[in-house]
Amino acid sequence: MDAKLRRHVDSALFIIGFFVLWELLCRGFGISDLVLPKPSQIIVTLVERMPALWPHTVQTLYTTLVGFGFGIVIGVLLGMLIGSSRLAYDVAYPLLIGFATIPKVAVVPIFVLWFGAGTVPAVLTAMIMSIFPIVVNVATGLATTEPELEDVMRALHASRLDILWNVGLPRTMPYFFASLKVAVTLAFVGTVISETVASNRGIGNVMMIASSNFDVPLVFAGLFILAVMGVALYAVFSLLETRITGWAHRKQDLAMG
Amino acid sequence: MKPAPVTADTARISDYFVELAGVTLNYGRGDREVKALGLTNLRIAPGDFVALVGPSGCGKSTILKLVTGLIAASSGSVTVAGHAVGAETVRVGMAFQNPTMLPWLTVRDNIMMPLKIVPPFRRQYRSKRKGEFCDRAEALLKDVGLAGFGDKHPWQLSGGMLQRASLCRALIHEPQLLMLDEPFGALDQFTREELWAIMQDLWMKLRPTVLLVTHDLKEAGYLANRICVMRARPGEIIDDAEVPFPRPRTIEMSYGSNFVAMTQRLRELIVTGRSAKEAA
Repeated sequence: MDAKLRRHVDSALFIIGFFVLWELLCRGFGISDLVLPKPSQIIVTLVERMPALWPHTVQTLYTTLVGFGFGIVIGVLLGMLIGSSRLAYDVAYPLLIGFATIPKVAVVPIFVLWFGAGTVPAVLTAMIMSIFPIVVNVATGLATTEPELEDVMRALHASRLDILWNVGLPRTMPYFFASLKVAVTLAFVGTVISETVASNRGIGNVMMIASSNFDVPLVFAGLFILAVMGVALYAVFSLLETRITGWAHRKQDLAMG
Repeated sequence: MKPAPVTADTARISDYFVELAGVTLNYGRGDREVKALGLTNLRIAPGDFVALVGPSGCGKSTILKLVTGLIAASSGSVTVAGHAVGAETVRVGMAFQNPTMLPWLTVRDNIMMPLKIVPPFRRQYRSKRKGEFCDRAEALLKDVGLAGFGDKHPWQLSGGMLQRASLCRALIHEPQLLMLDEPFGALDQFTREELWAIMQDLWMKLRPTVLLVTHDLKEAGYLANRICVMRARPGEIIDDAEVPFPRPRTIEMSYGSNFVAMTQRLRELIVTGRSAKEAA
């Protein structure tokens, strides 16, 4: 337990040290607020402007989570299809890779064209950003299921659905949760991209307006809020992962003779 | 001692529980075709305990897979309990050389898996999971010497313990047909002998029809009522003999001169790959 506490302290010290160094460099070299604001100034801005920033924060979080939710549903379904059928794998995989390679910024104007500026394109962008890692991981998890595990079920004359439900999906859970951690941060990226390009609400929009007003501390305050939300959601899914798929991260030293 | 040739007529009205009639199996096609199993006839009475022994690659496991319906025969017919194989009317239990426990379930949930899949239990699984089915799993765990380990996860158990649990899983749904594919192969000598005794007790208590594939002649002699010797390329049964020793058998018995003579005879057959008739 001591070693664990020690690691947490080390980690916290390093993070604090990073901001202290930043502060010192800004003061030491007399860097202008227009280029790189001091951390202390960013905090002051955050506190002072919080009433105005809060609705935008909620908007961005809401958009991200809705997009992420759709991303999970579609990603899992697609992943199951691709992972359990050879034909689907051959047909859909190249298309999926091609789709994933497209810069998402380029897609936002299309969504705006179809649905108008605002929340809908942001949700959709968050969704398509988060789908890819989920599909790939779910498909990989299913496709790499040990045939021996399936043989046990087949000897019992289990149906394909039984095997998927009792062996394939549980076995895929560690892959799925690993992908959620990545996907949720990507969903944030998607939301902010879309808000920056075509919206009048959300942190992305706030930062866009602030930068055109040369209100650099506010831009950084926005960045700070995004970082905190991103880390928080990552932590939530990380916790869920260890709770649900602890069997895959077990410690060897618990095993008996 | 060789089984009589089976015709379509006798097959239909037979008293045998498992019946392979004129079965062959080829892998691949055209030039690459490999004959895994030559013409094979095998009949097993209900409640019998038959062991298949032979060199590696002689098709022992192939016969097991054919009877379970995991693969289909190239020709001939495989009948279990009077139906073509694969019919869900027969409950089959299977234990492999690897324990193949699902790592995300507790040992008890692993053992109860067949009850979740196989009718008629699957309909009652939700209601009896915590009650009757759980008691049944506990009773079996006690039989194999794993009492109190039901709540552990597979990775917390040793190889021998997992193999015991694997036997429980093969038996929990009261299978009429039990398939054992070298289930004791990866264990040390002492654990193996202990599990033989447990297996014999369970068989005498539950009396499923058992087909055991093994490399261990002593194991075959200890457990089986009948031993079929196979040879490789093409795989075929070259000898089929009763094991005359009374039950319950003991390890001490396996050092008796009759037992040793029997295993030596089996060994001779496997090494030379010739049938008793050819040798004579």
